[in-house]
Formats: sequence, C-alpha cells, structure tokens
Amino acid sequence: MSSVLYDIPGPRAKRRNILYTLGFLVVLGALAWWVLLGLADKGQLEWSKWAPFVTDSRVWTTYLLPGLENTLIAAALSLVIALPLGAVLGIARLSDHSWVRGAAGTVVEFFRAIPVLILMLFANAAYAAFSDISPDNRPLYAVVTGLVLYNSSVLAEIVRAGILALPLGQSDAARAIGMRKGQTMRYVLLPQAVTAMLPAIVSQMVVIVKDTALGGAMLGFSELLASVRPMSANYGANTIAGFTVVAVIFIVLNFALTSFAARLESRLRQGRKSTGAVVAADAVEELATPGEHVGRKPEPPERS
Amino acid sequence: MFDFLQGYDVLGAFWTTIQLTVWSAIGSLVWGTVLAAMRVSPVPVMRGFGTGYVNVVRNIPLTVIIVFTSLGLFQTLGVSLGADTFDVINFRLAVLGLIAYTSAFVCEALRSGINTVPLGQVEAARALGLSFIQVLTLVVLPQAFRSVVGPLANVLIALTKNTTVAAAIGVPEAALLMREMIENEAQLILISAVFAAGFIVLTLPTGLFLGRVGKKVAVKR
Repeated sequence: MSSVLYDIPGPRAKRRNILYTLGFLVVLGALAWWVLLGLADKGQLEWSKWAPFVTDSRVWTTYLLPGLENTLIAAALSLVIALPLGAVLGIARLSDHSWVRGAAGTVVEFFRAIPVLILMLFANAAYAAFSDISPDNRPLYAVVTGLVLYNSSVLAEIVRAGILALPLGQSDAARAIGMRKGQTMRYVLLPQAVTAMLPAIVSQMVVIVKDTALGGAMLGFSELLASVRPMSANYGANTIAGFTVVAVIFIVLNFALTSFAARLESRLRQGRKSTGAVVAADAVEELATPGEHVGRKPEPPERS
Repeated sequence: MFDFLQGYDVLGAFWTTIQLTVWSAIGSLVWGTVLAAMRVSPVPVMRGFGTGYVNVVRNIPLTVIIVFTSLGLFQTLGVSLGADTFDVINFRLAVLGLIAYTSAFVCEALRSGINTVPLGQVEAARALGLSFIQVLTLVVLPQAFRSVVGPLANVLIALTKNTTVAAAIGVPEAALLMREMIENEAQLILISAVFAAGFIVLTLPTGLFLGRVGKKVAVKR
C-alpha cells in the first residue's frame, strides 16, 4: 500500500475499500455466473466436451501438438530470416551516404505502415502465380514471407535503436585508435548493440508468435488456432473447450517470453560490465509503427 | 490500366476499415482508461483484475480473440449484440474483439503516462483533501493524457492495421476485398499496390498529425 495516489487508509477508508471489494466481486461473480449459465445452457460444460484433453492423447498428438509445432516453426523461421535482413536495413539507415539511408528508410517505413495480413495475402498469391511451390507448402511460405517482410523492418529499427543507445564515447574511442567505419561497426558497436537489444528482440518474438495465427485464419496454414476447427468437429463440437485450451497454450508460451524479456532487461540495466545501454522490451510497440521514434538521448553533462 | 477496379467497392471496403477503427478506438479508450484506473486503485481486487486482464489479453493473438467472438460467442453461445443480419453481427463482434484487445495496450500507455506526473502534483492534491477518484480525474489523468498522445497514436495506428484481422470472420473490410480481388483478377501487383497505398494513406498522416499534436499538448516540465 505504498502508492502516492492515495493516503494510507484509515478506519473509514478501510471499510469503504472492503465495500468496493465486495461490490466488485459481486459484479465479477454475476458476470461469470451469466457466462457459465450460457455455457451450460448450450451444453458446453458437459464433461464429455472437456474430458478428451485429459483422457484422449489423440487430441494432442493429432491436432494440438502438430498445430503448435507449425506455429513454432513459422515463428522461428521468420525470426531467423528477419534478423540478418533487419540488421542490414538498420545499419543501412545509419549509413553516411544519404541515398543508402533514404532507400533503407523508405523500405522500413513502407513495411511498417502496411498490415502484415496484406503482406501475407500478397505473398500467398505471388507464390501461386510465379513459383512452383506445392499448394501444401504454400501457406507456410506465405506466412513466413509476410512475417519476414514486416519484422525485418521492425528489427531494423530495434538494431538502429540499439546502436544509437550506446554512449557516443564508444565510437569516438574506436575512431581515436584508428578504426575504420566498418571496423567500428563490427568490433565495437554491433557486439554491444546486440546485447542491448536482446530484450526487444525477445519481446518481438511474442508479436511474431501471435501473428502466425493470422495464417491459420486466412490462408489455411495448419497452425495452433486452425487446429480447433477439425478437432471440435471430431469431439462433439467442443468449440469453447478447444478455444480455451488453445488460448491457454498461447498465453503460457507468450507469458514465458514476456517474462524472459523483462528479466533480460533488468539484468542489462543493472549490469556493471556493460554500458547499461538497452532497448526496452516494451519499446517494440513504438518501433513497429511508422514515424521516427529512435533518437540519441542527450549526453549527461561532462564532469570536470 | 486500372479497369480491374470496376465492379469492386474498394472505397466502401476502406470505409468499413475506418468505421472499425473509429468504433474500436472509442471503445478501447474508455475501457482502457477504466482498466488503468483499476490498476492504480486502492482496492487490491481491482488492481489484481486489471493486471490479470492486461497480462492475459496482451499474450493472446488478436486472431484468436476475433475468431472466438464469431465461433464461440455467436455461433455457440448465441450472443448477437442486438443485431439481426450477419453483416452487422460480424461487424459488432469484430469491434468487441478489437476493443477487448486494444484496451490492454491503451491501459499500459496510460499507466506509463500516470507515472510521468510529478509526485508534488499528487501530494498537493491529497493535501487539499481530494479523494482518490478526485485526485485521478481532476489532477492525474488530465496531465497523463496530455503526455501520452504520442504513445496512444501508436496504439491507434496498430489498431488501424489490426482491423484487417476482422476479415477472418467475414467483415467486408479492405483485406477481405483484397483476397477476393486477388482470386478473381490477374493484376496481383497492381491490386496489392492499391491496398498497400490505402493503408499508407490511413496510417502515415495519423502518425505525423498526432505526433505533432502530442508534442504540442505535452506538459512542459
């Protein structure tokens, strides 16, 4: 109870807070009761609809696990391909040559302004028209392509933010000992920037995992969300149960990634060996929208 | 060159996108503010609910939420939100899903805004004897809103892009029309360019305009 927004509750405030608590619980309870009644009314609470998740391993081996596997494969492929592309784009945006900067900037702004679903739909149709990828594999290719186009732009901004977060003294020192531009980038800036942007990259993983579900809904990619429909068709229309389980899997997976990103961030901020430069895990939302969000923080005044 | 556009209501589809964006933006601003107020309130149960809601919703794919509103809420539980034609039902369900998802991000943006309000402001308000609700609505939130116009603009742009997910439950917005046109017409590149341009027109000016507004209204400290 150490918030600055309210006083430490006295006897009257304590009584009032208990009243609020009870009122809130009543409202929540009424809402939950209404939902449960609705579910029971439609027969969605019957044990036979939920039991398969515990008693029948085929639910997992035939539907959910292969779906989860495809989700993870698509997400991992997208990250692995988008990382080097993003690094190249991000470094290009810091180039000394204005035409390189401009070209990379245009690419980054373009792909951040467009919904990832539009990119996936385009990739899907383009593979159908201009390549001989089999229709079975096409959804995976389309999902990964859409995600790579979008996320390499976001990762480019993360890389740029990571490099700009380093203290100016780092590149000054590199120049002072006679390193060339490329050497400064490779031996001094990038290695430190990679550490600084780890939280943001892990946080972007969550976005990638979430976006794979788009392929399931719109392109027929057989990932985790898409596994609900065939499963509920075979297990007595247990749609609600199926959605609940799939949602829980997504929450657990993404919550683990989010917590990992937060732990990385706090370790980096407290780290004694590094410069303390970090791209925050929650900066990715900002870096994913078009517009200029990256800047060098003003240097602290020099001590003499 | 652009005769493939004939017979398709591209502007109408983008109008639906805009409507989805506006209704969801209003709804999630309201619900997100309520959630943010809960997260800083003196009542532990409300704080727990706010934190739980944000952590759960942010980690579920929007697609799962939107598809659930149709398959779960409507087709299984019969929730039709007071509409009787499929188009209207799907539109309202999509708005509901978008509000549920986006409000978590609005809440987080606002909470970071609340943290920028200097301690002295709150202490002065409490010294005057204002209650928690008064501190929040008269002193803290007005200053917090002014400092989060920029972050909220990012949420709005993300929301505009996210409305395409409504295509998954058949709301006739831009992405759904794009898929239909790609299937029926040959000019893949041109069609994609038209829709890409449409979204750039929607998102870039919003960002520029609100970014400028944000700088102007932010409390100078």
